[in-house]
Amino acid sequence: MCQQTVCLLQAAIERAGIATVSISLLREVTSVIKPPRALFVPFPMGYPLGAPNDAPLQHQIIAPALGLLKRDDVPILEEFT
Amino acid sequence: MSTYDDLSLHVRLFMKSYPFSRYMIEPTPCARLAKPLNESRVALVTTAGLRTPDQSDFDRSDKRGDPSFREIPNTIETRLLVESHRSYSFDHEAVRSDVNLAFPLDRFRELESRGVIGALNHRHFSFMGSIVGPRRLIDETAPQVARTLAEDRVEAVFLTPV
Repeated sequence: MCQQTVCLLQAAIERAGIATVSISLLREVTSVIKPPRALFVPFPMGYPLGAPNDAPLQHQIIAPALGLLKRDDVPILEEFT
Repeated sequence: MSTYDDLSLHVRLFMKSYPFSRYMIEPTPCARLAKPLNESRVALVTTAGLRTPDQSDFDRSDKRGDPSFREIPNTIETRLLVESHRSYSFDHEAVRSDVNLAFPLDRFRELESRGVIGALNHRHFSFMGSIVGPRRLIDETAPQVARTLAEDRVEAVFLTPV
């Protein structure tokens, strides 16, 4: 249910005028709830930024997510590759 | 990769029957970044159920899910954060060994020092994501956090589930 909670928080924050982007671990949920901008990552639940104690991998995921902030063709659900 | 098929049978059946479409965000709100990211104030929001050692725990007994939140000071040492999420559908050991996995504060400090983002806000927010009945989240706590972030003049927010 984490994924739904992220989407709902994201909508509230975006409605307050703040640009948001989230990580998605469950495409099935994000694609239905449709938050403004999300990066779907191919990792198991519990691993949204790939792996613990792996700063380079975490940065590799954060960078394209932040890139989505520039876009306004919402809702956006991109895939991390 | 996480799909419903990777989840335990119990969780999978729950997820397949849960009415996610009831909470579809329509119309999609869209706030444009007013300035480049390297001039913007950024905050993090996580649903990993993190709190500081001196904060009270989330209520794991609430069947609908505890919609409360904890304010995480930007100055916190990340290794001190306590993870007490009630969900049994993910590996708690990974995030406990490095909270940056679901709350990348150290990574964003690095982005701040490299000038990729303008500045980190003085506070961030943590929820415990297993909220099955999100009415109080939608009506009360999510707008409250959104208003606080707007009052802090935050310009971009990065959100992570767990």
